[in-house]
Amino acid sequence: MTTNKDNRSTAMTGRQKQRLSAESVTLAYEQRVIARELSVEIPDNSFTVIVGPNACGKSTLLRALSRMLKPAEGRVLLDGASIHSLPAKKVAKTLGLLPQSSIAPDGITVADLVARGRYPHQGLLRQWSPEDERIVQESMASTGVAELAERYVDELSGGQRQRVWIAMALAQQTPLLLLDEPTTFLDIQHQIDVLDLCAELHETQGRTLVAVLHDLNHAARYATHLIAVRGGEIVAEGPPADVVTAELVERVFGLRCQVIEDPETGTPLVVPAGRKARARRAAGVTEGSAEGAAEQVSVLRK
Amino acid sequence: MTTKTLRAGGGLSVRYEPRAALSVLGLLVLTVAVAVVLIGTGDFPMTPGEVVDTLLGEGTVVQEFAVMDLRLPRVLVAVFVGAALAVGGAVFQSISRNPLGSPDVIGFGQGATVGALTVIVLFQGSAAAAAGGAVVGGLVTGVTIYLLAWKKGVHGYRLVLVGIGAAAMLTSVIHYLITKANLVDATRATVWMTGSLDGRDWSQFWPLFAVCCILLPLVLGHGRALRMLEMGDDAAYALGVKVERTRIVLMASAVLLVAVATSAAGPIVFVSLSAPQLARRLTRAPGPNLAASALMGSALLLSADWVATNAFGERQLPVGVVTGILGGCYLLWLLVTERKAGRI
Repeated sequence: MTTNKDNRSTAMTGRQKQRLSAESVTLAYEQRVIARELSVEIPDNSFTVIVGPNACGKSTLLRALSRMLKPAEGRVLLDGASIHSLPAKKVAKTLGLLPQSSIAPDGITVADLVARGRYPHQGLLRQWSPEDERIVQESMASTGVAELAERYVDELSGGQRQRVWIAMALAQQTPLLLLDEPTTFLDIQHQIDVLDLCAELHETQGRTLVAVLHDLNHAARYATHLIAVRGGEIVAEGPPADVVTAELVERVFGLRCQVIEDPETGTPLVVPAGRKARARRAAGVTEGSAEGAAEQVSVLRK
Repeated sequence: MTTKTLRAGGGLSVRYEPRAALSVLGLLVLTVAVAVVLIGTGDFPMTPGEVVDTLLGEGTVVQEFAVMDLRLPRVLVAVFVGAALAVGGAVFQSISRNPLGSPDVIGFGQGATVGALTVIVLFQGSAAAAAGGAVVGGLVTGVTIYLLAWKKGVHGYRLVLVGIGAAAMLTSVIHYLITKANLVDATRATVWMTGSLDGRDWSQFWPLFAVCCILLPLVLGHGRALRMLEMGDDAAYALGVKVERTRIVLMASAVLLVAVATSAAGPIVFVSLSAPQLARRLTRAPGPNLAASALMGSALLLSADWVATNAFGERQLPVGVVTGILGGCYLLWLLVTERKAGRI
């Protein structure tokens, strides 16, 4: 689905092909089709966030973009070539991924784990260059884990550990970085922490970031480009200020809400409608007959 | 653990951990030392100096015969069987992310035994045919367990559980074959099953050596990719590891190594299980520690062989009995600590 707002964002980023895009891909796990004929372009140098309700296909889309999932039909293009036809290490130098769950090997230190991000740049006889060392140090510094370098990863808190994984992805030095729900399982302060870090990487290092996020307000606050997915289809895309409207939230998430201005950042802020207002809707009562609705609610309560 | 780098001209560099490198060196020295001692012990004792002289071609005719024809092949078989079993174990423990995901626990040894016993009992085949049967049995078991455990990739506990089931079934088949055998065959089968280095000569050594020469470097070359795989398929994939191909190559190599080792010396239990774990505790380095595991396997098997032939006076034991007793204790300890760590 295309809106005139999309066209504006496309015009803003230029007409030529973006580095990463999907061309009418059909995504399926064995027989179960998640999305059909889906096309999407990730604007270069954007912080793109994919949002949508559970099981809408947003993580599947990210998996396809990161070549973890091979589309049943169509193709994912990286710099104009089908991503599955490119050598694995070559892709790994251009496109990084922070998976939803990774396993830290027993007894590994932070510095050693971050150093593993250099794998695609190394070979059997070229295992460690001074450049590798410098990049690992920089990656740890920019994610604020430099002082943890000699600590064991198993001893760290969830928030610290996620920073270490991000540092590893950074050490890969890819212009494109995909993050699959990077804030899941983190406390609110660590969620903001990680998102601030992502925004900083996007702003200061000019990397293109693509993240799947659960929290619509986080998405609206941090994204420069938002993709809303529902039922395997892209419902809307564009800058959050244009995309996040009460009407869209209801269409995508089936949630009645108000959208106000975030007092901190001026970005859209979604405020879900109160329980009574939602119950009214659930009871199928049109607006205006508030009395009847109140009755309905009291009936529902019983 | 601080990691050090060794650099050479042309941008070549090798990364290593000092403690791990020292461990490998120490194990190498230990392996050679035990080998020399083992060659020197027996009905015709020799000092380590005499052994080294003989190996360098300066011994008497008798010494030459004792070393080159009788004892050296046996010791070399032990070295390579130990290394092959340990590397097979290290690969499977790493892929299943579980110390119990080891070839001797998940049925490959039993599979090879069924192969060998089938040849001995049903076809009265020669020793060489029995060895071939062991290789085939090990490979068939490996493929079957892989297919049964495969569900969008191989997962740790799935592999262990399927493997333990398969091991139990194969053990029944082994007993069935023995009950079917006549006395001569049953004796041969029982001797084969204990796992022994007695009477191993060059004809057992060369095939084993050839397979190790191809597969050990192949596995060691994939060591870095295997380390990446320990972080999960997605993380490894993101780093440019060809996940499925790497895993197939490594598992096939490991199954083949274990099968060939078993065909050369019978099912020697617990070396696969314990060598990688001991190596890991020695190096204190994360990852599969392939080189250290290989040498640990060799040193363990040589030491067990020394114990088997010397520690019980006149009465010599097959080496499989010693590794079985030592390994059994180790397995119990592992189960208890794993339980404490909440992983079982």
